[in-house]
Amino acid sequence: MSQAAKTSEKIPVTVLTGYLGAGKTTLLNRILSEPHGRKYAVIVNEFGEIGIDNDLVVGADEEVFEMNNGCICCTVRGDLIRIIEGLLKRKGQFDGILVETTGLADPAPVAQTFFMDENVGAKTALDAVVTVADAKWLKDRLKDAPEAKNQVGFADIILLNKTDLVSAEELKDVELRIRAINPYAKIHRTKRCDVEIESLLGQGAFDLQRILEIEPAFLEKEDHGHDHDHHHEHGEGHHHHGGLKHYHDEEMQSISLKAGKPLDPDKFLPWVQELSAHEGPKILRLKGILSFKDDPQRFVIQGVHMVLDGDHQRDWKPDEERVSRLVLIGRDLDAAKIEQGFLACAA
Amino acid sequence: MVSVERPSLTEKLVSFETGGEIVAVHFVRESAAFATGEGEIAVAGDSEARVRAHRGAILAAAGDGERIFTAGDDGRIVAVDIEGGQETLADIGNKWIDQLALGPDGALAWSAGKTAFVRGKKVERSLAVASTVGGLAFAPKGFRLAVAHYNGATLWFPHTDAKPETLEWKGSHLGAQFSPDGRFLVTTMQEPALHGWRLADGQHMRMSGYPSRVRSMAFTADEKWLATAGAQEIILWPFATRDGPMGKQPLMFAPGPADAKVTAVACHPKQAMLAAGYSDGMVLLVRLADGAEVLARRPDGSPVTALAWRGDGGLLAMGTEDGRAALLAI
Repeated sequence: MSQAAKTSEKIPVTVLTGYLGAGKTTLLNRILSEPHGRKYAVIVNEFGEIGIDNDLVVGADEEVFEMNNGCICCTVRGDLIRIIEGLLKRKGQFDGILVETTGLADPAPVAQTFFMDENVGAKTALDAVVTVADAKWLKDRLKDAPEAKNQVGFADIILLNKTDLVSAEELKDVELRIRAINPYAKIHRTKRCDVEIESLLGQGAFDLQRILEIEPAFLEKEDHGHDHDHHHEHGEGHHHHGGLKHYHDEEMQSISLKAGKPLDPDKFLPWVQELSAHEGPKILRLKGILSFKDDPQRFVIQGVHMVLDGDHQRDWKPDEERVSRLVLIGRDLDAAKIEQGFLACAA
Repeated sequence: MVSVERPSLTEKLVSFETGGEIVAVHFVRESAAFATGEGEIAVAGDSEARVRAHRGAILAAAGDGERIFTAGDDGRIVAVDIEGGQETLADIGNKWIDQLALGPDGALAWSAGKTAFVRGKKVERSLAVASTVGGLAFAPKGFRLAVAHYNGATLWFPHTDAKPETLEWKGSHLGAQFSPDGRFLVTTMQEPALHGWRLADGQHMRMSGYPSRVRSMAFTADEKWLATAGAQEIILWPFATRDGPMGKQPLMFAPGPADAKVTAVACHPKQAMLAAGYSDGMVLLVRLADGAEVLARRPDGSPVTALAWRGDGGLLAMGTEDGRAALLAI
């Protein structure tokens, strides 16, 4: 059986994060009430908030357990393991699981649960981390709430919500602040979490088989046409950012690495393991598509803190540029040192 | 490689479908009662019955030989007899009851979240511990309950106001079981290991080396060995001496196929023999004296989730994740 086929049999789990008041409950109620033809078991932290009577809504206690495996940041959600095992006893009654976390929660223990617990990992697959952010208040929370920054840094999808409460300039500004932390998440602008449910669920963001491209979502792409009308002086190869501000977050940043030469797996794999063992506590997410010397297949890798997951994915296509790319989102990472280490893995 | 065919009893196997993951099986008089993830009890053997006991999944079950007791995600505890008669013993609303244990004189213990409850003839009390209860077990003598939780287990005498005693060990403790002589408490952990305490002095016993989480353990009829699942072989820890398994190597019996592991164990109530279920659906009977194996159920791909012997040892009940139930007369 192929890896892809195995993965598709697993029950997808979507993790819903967001700072207090951003609109998580609104989104949950929408997912539960709209006629999208799929049934979700929902693990919530506050029972009363969900206005829908559903016997598949379960209350959680957010118990973060350390694993005794010598890995300092390997924490899991003990309550999730227990609840998911309970839900799995009546599999077939639902298509997917949604896990709501409290506004102050770190998404990492939730994500790590799906890689650290063998039974949970065998039967369910983490699909994506969806973060709901308040367009008006996120800017302030990024300054005073480390949890909010974690949730943005960790996200695969960000719902920039309550956009009707801010001006177009403020909206652009908050998007830039998000991009400074996480250039890879898909951003959906919403008013009352009004987004197509299909664009949130079934994303396969942690599925190695579905890592297709790793390109940061530059804002200027969206503004490209507009910019061209006004900036005909742009020369080829010199890409001006159309006058847009760029933020740099002092603490959390993303590092995007690229190597044109094929890598030596005997250098790269020990290096990335070493990196995640030493810098793991600072690395929120890691993702890579790698070209190894004399290897016809793409090697894909992804990680959460000190947990790494890698595999061969598929043959490189004849028209595909065989470059290796690795991206990291984390805190206080030494970009120059990491890049040097990465480039030294060339075969 | 020469493949030696094991002796087989599989022609005597009687199988049927329950329609839901088999969570547990317990004997009720001469019949086996299978509890399922669909909230049903299927009674098979001398009597036959099928009843819905819970609206959702059954999360835990216990038996006293007269009835099967089940706890569910509908917040209820129900007792079912061989005719399918039901009695609701607790209903706490929309919280899950996921641990259940039976004690002396019909005492019942259960837990929901961080709270353990005990109901005896003269007592009805609750005890809140620091984290979610992972397992419950009554001591073989006296009225004492062990409550496993994160970072240890708490021993509680519900009849007295004495402060419960907490045995500490870092990590998440799930199942709990006393040795039949009451000298040791053993817990299964979130890590692939067991932990034990000698109750007289709190001495720790670490039983590790498993490739996966231990989900099933049982003491042998002579009380000398603790048989455990979690590895490719049945792992048996020696408990006969004063020190228990401390500093000793376990026995290993009946290795399954390389990609399978033991998922359930049940010791014969009288003889030095045990049944082991594997992740591929195989069930073997293993004689402790020499490790001789007899095939009780052929592998069919679905993990064995429940095993139980009738009190006289004449009938073995087996259940799988796919909901297939089987009975084998020995």
